[in-house]
Amino acid sequence: MLDDFLVRALLVGTCIALVTGPFGCFVVWRRMAYFGDTMAHSALLGITLALLFEVNSGLGVFVVASLLAIVLVMLQRRADLPNDTLLGILSHSTLALGLIVIGLLTRAPVDVMAYLFGDVLAVTRQDLLLTFAAGAVALTMLLFIWRPLLAGTVNEELARAECSNIQPANIAFLVLLAAVIAIAIKIVGILLITAMLVIPAATARKLARSPEMMAVMASALGVLAVWMGLYSSMTWDTPAGPAIVVSALLLFLVCQVLPLKKG
Amino acid sequence: MLPDFEEKGYSRIGLFGYDGELTSRVCILKPASPPTDQSILIDVDNLTVRQRGQTLIDHVSLQVRRGEIVTIIGPNGSGKSTTIKAMLGIIKASSGRVTKLPDLKIGYVPQKLEINWSMPLTVERFMRLTEPHSDDSIVAALTTTGVQKLAKRELAVLSGGEFQRVLIARAMASQPDLLVLDEPVQGVDFNAELEIYQLIARLRDQHDCGILLVSHDLHIVMAETDTVVCLNGHVCCSGSPKAVTNSDQFQNLFGARGAEALAIYKHHHDHKHGPDGEVIPDSRDGHSHPEHSHQGHADHGHSHHSNPDDQQDSRTAS
Repeated sequence: MLDDFLVRALLVGTCIALVTGPFGCFVVWRRMAYFGDTMAHSALLGITLALLFEVNSGLGVFVVASLLAIVLVMLQRRADLPNDTLLGILSHSTLALGLIVIGLLTRAPVDVMAYLFGDVLAVTRQDLLLTFAAGAVALTMLLFIWRPLLAGTVNEELARAECSNIQPANIAFLVLLAAVIAIAIKIVGILLITAMLVIPAATARKLARSPEMMAVMASALGVLAVWMGLYSSMTWDTPAGPAIVVSALLLFLVCQVLPLKKG
Repeated sequence: MLPDFEEKGYSRIGLFGYDGELTSRVCILKPASPPTDQSILIDVDNLTVRQRGQTLIDHVSLQVRRGEIVTIIGPNGSGKSTTIKAMLGIIKASSGRVTKLPDLKIGYVPQKLEINWSMPLTVERFMRLTEPHSDDSIVAALTTTGVQKLAKRELAVLSGGEFQRVLIARAMASQPDLLVLDEPVQGVDFNAELEIYQLIARLRDQHDCGILLVSHDLHIVMAETDTVVCLNGHVCCSGSPKAVTNSDQFQNLFGARGAEALAIYKHHHDHKHGPDGEVIPDSRDGHSHPEHSHQGHADHGHSHHSNPDDQQDSRTAS
């Protein structure tokens, strides 16, 4: 069954949506949408470096995005520049570096499109296993740091005063987010990954009454969007990644017009 | 300053004038109860915080004991919040020392808590933010502060007074040894302000915890305050408001109103500070701190306090 490319695509898409749901909630709560974007832009550098040194591209993305997160935290502590400026600097300079490294790759021409927009239908068995493993680890770790991370999201100072492990939780979250982006790039690609994080979470906001419920709902909505996107991709031959994002948008729009009583 | 008095265990109340020059108003009121080491919850010793070349607080020392209410007052930018944050380890101190009782449990009520609409958060869930409390202890804490009916409500729809009570309930739910409140009555109306002060005093009496409070008002501290610490970068003066109001010397200094039943600590300085902390001698009266924007509020407070009913309330509360 795993030999069928569509089954593999469904499995890997479902797994990724389950993981991006809760992480996307934190991206929304912490107003980090642009940060997710910056990490994703750095992914091109990660991919091209991985190709250059002939290692797994997911590993390359993870390492570069993690380093980027650490550099950003250090810059935030030192520099007198606003956050969005720092992100703009990092985002576009890593993108430019990535494009330069592409030029260095004289051997096999890189299919940049596959990385920009994802290629969920070309997922191999090895990709599937790697995604499952990384997704399981990321979710487990997130559960582990949930309380201090959520407390710090509501109020950083309160969390610092009362929780002892707030700083490790913050750093762990950034590294895990880098890992999530590294695996999620497979399906929707660099340009659309932020959508996978933000749209299901934003949709879940209206349906949920607690942060935990919002995280679960975001996962469920993400999975639904993946299934809808793959279905439309099969039926109307649309590119899979963009179809998933458009499906997520449709779900968001439907929830906006639903007459839900406000909490 | 006056090391010999302090060594003999006297509490010192002083008011210092221009740039550290002692303006002859130091009086020795009574021997303080000998500080038993167990009773000191947190001991702040010469805490200094510098950021970007600016000294935010300069050699601040203070202590909070079990069952004691300490109120920090001072103009805007005098380092009240900075002192508290450095004490709690929220920001890093440049020098000095904070010694806490081992396993000291701290409840913190921050000055500002922006409610982020993107997160659905009920009062009940908020109570469990940093610790997994049982339903019973959450109901108990909310009942203590009189907001048990709001448990299922979303945090973002609460009024200012309700929200402060929820914040205090959350900090109390873990039965802290030390409750730290940064301007707990900011943005609530005057009746709610009185009630919150009464609530804080009751919490101290019932739970025998230490309470460290930052007051948003230069002139008013809650009646049950044991020690007032006046900050302006450094500790300008500190002492007990009750002793202050009972003392003849301080009657003259603080005015007759300071001795009113609700033990309002009328805080007069004979100088004011410029925006950068420079000392400006005051020729008119002690009311003209440039930062002071609560004068109407304070006067309103006094008309309230001279009302016999309110005085009754405050007595029953304490």
